[in-house]
Amino acid sequence: MSQQLRSFLAAVGLIAALAAAGYVAVIVGAATVIGQSETGIEESAKSDGWRGVRSGTAGRVSIPDPQAGVLIQSEGEIWRSIRNGPVTAAGAWSMFVMLILLAVFYAWRGRIPLAGKPTRREVVRFNGIERFAHWMTAASFIVLALSGLNLLYGRYLFIPVVGKEAFAVVTEAGKFLHNFVAFPFMAGLVLMFVLWVRHNVPTRVDLQWLRLGGGLLSDRHHPAAERFNAGQKAIFWIVILGGVSVSLSGVALLMPFAFPIFGKTFAFLNLFGFGLPDVLTPMQEMQLAQVWHAVVSLGLIVVMFAHIYIGTIGMEGAFQAMGSGKVDTAWAEQHHSLWAANAEESVADDDAVPAAAREGQG
Amino acid sequence: MARMKFLCDADRCIECNACVTACKNEHEVPWGVNRRRVVTINDGQPGERSISTACMHCSDAPCMAVCPVDCFYQTDEGVVLHDKDLCIGCGYCFYACPFGAPQYPQAGNFGGRGKMDKCTFCAGGPKEDGSEEEFALYGRNRLAEGKLPLCAEMCSTKALLAGDADTVSDIYRERVTARGFGGGVWGWNTAYGSDT
Repeated sequence: MSQQLRSFLAAVGLIAALAAAGYVAVIVGAATVIGQSETGIEESAKSDGWRGVRSGTAGRVSIPDPQAGVLIQSEGEIWRSIRNGPVTAAGAWSMFVMLILLAVFYAWRGRIPLAGKPTRREVVRFNGIERFAHWMTAASFIVLALSGLNLLYGRYLFIPVVGKEAFAVVTEAGKFLHNFVAFPFMAGLVLMFVLWVRHNVPTRVDLQWLRLGGGLLSDRHHPAAERFNAGQKAIFWIVILGGVSVSLSGVALLMPFAFPIFGKTFAFLNLFGFGLPDVLTPMQEMQLAQVWHAVVSLGLIVVMFAHIYIGTIGMEGAFQAMGSGKVDTAWAEQHHSLWAANAEESVADDDAVPAAAREGQG
Repeated sequence: MARMKFLCDADRCIECNACVTACKNEHEVPWGVNRRRVVTINDGQPGERSISTACMHCSDAPCMAVCPVDCFYQTDEGVVLHDKDLCIGCGYCFYACPFGAPQYPQAGNFGGRGKMDKCTFCAGGPKEDGSEEEFALYGRNRLAEGKLPLCAEMCSTKALLAGDADTVSDIYRERVTARGFGGGVWGWNTAYGSDT
């Protein structure tokens, strides 16, 4: 491995670690700070009663909603500073850094080529239902990501350009889209999980793949891989776990105050000694749901930049695997050698005639 | 230029809810929307106090800061108003507001929110002053008519004061001096910062 390459890898690793640490810090910070209502209260409240009011003690109201009994909720100020501060900044930075990294990688490595000549014999890599699951999730993710990013950044980016009226129309449409497109996204998650979980169990092969850097770094190394290599398995689990998490917090936001999930989650985490506040007001639940939803979504968006990169311009022959669903046997051999062996056998059984015919034409 | 503020004297409020009723009636606020409410703390205990509360028209208003469509604006008199034509009903202002001021009519699917509604300090909204359109969306614009908010004007014990901050705090200071006690200007630090 060259010196240049090693420093590049070190930089990637460092940035990934920093980004991950940043996300963890933001959410743990948010959980602790929003959960502790005493934080940030000035010395204004004179008597005990007033101090109680200042820290969110509820009184009695004739309105049926007991939440209205809370006179002052200070957590809102904390939520505001986290959302408008670290979440906005870390999200923008991590997206920016990922795009730069990908551009640098592309400039350095170029498009990863197909090794050797295509055989012009094709094997089915993803069948119809698999591609349907992928593209349903992908299309809804893009709609959700754009409408979500618009809520966080649109005010700063687009209002100066298009004005408030036009922006509000688009953003309201985006809100409704976000609410409804969430359902195909969740359905896609379930479908992908059912279809692919058995191919995504980590195995010994993955270690070897990781040790060789997945063949990303040089044309000389082609580590063996099963149907999914370690990188794809990582994407799979990030999407499934991140997707479930973003869905749960999304449902909590979609139906305000109906699904408090953080108190229970924190109570569970406290079994492991996290010491998180597990008695949360409905308002704290919503604030945490928003912060969590934003942080996990931004994380998924950043990961998807890399996924989209490698699936399109980053690698020759990668897109057609999920596009037409068929790949050249040479590509299969190069990238998924262990899977290719089996796949070609089954092609020989089921699909021998057309494959042979194509070869004849070539 | 005056800086409009609310002040509720908790040593005077008798929880009659006339301010709430006056507000609902003056602005023809729909069911389920409470621009103003009265909260009783230590109910039935020694030290029971009631406070009438609504939007405090904060100096550095959290609702303004978090609104994704930037629909809020603050008038020269410090009144925080919003444009319902822009509001998308996301609910962020409600998560940010220390005083629970933003209200939402139930609208749409999944318990979704309609356009946010809140106390306007009886100052209407961005439509033409006193127009029917303004009344339908935001309620009466009493400030434009040279009047102060009705909740405070109606208050039988004059616990709730509304108007120019200097005048309001002068009245309160006089009271505290005369009677020899006072619970403090409730909510002012949160709404207007510690220098008030």
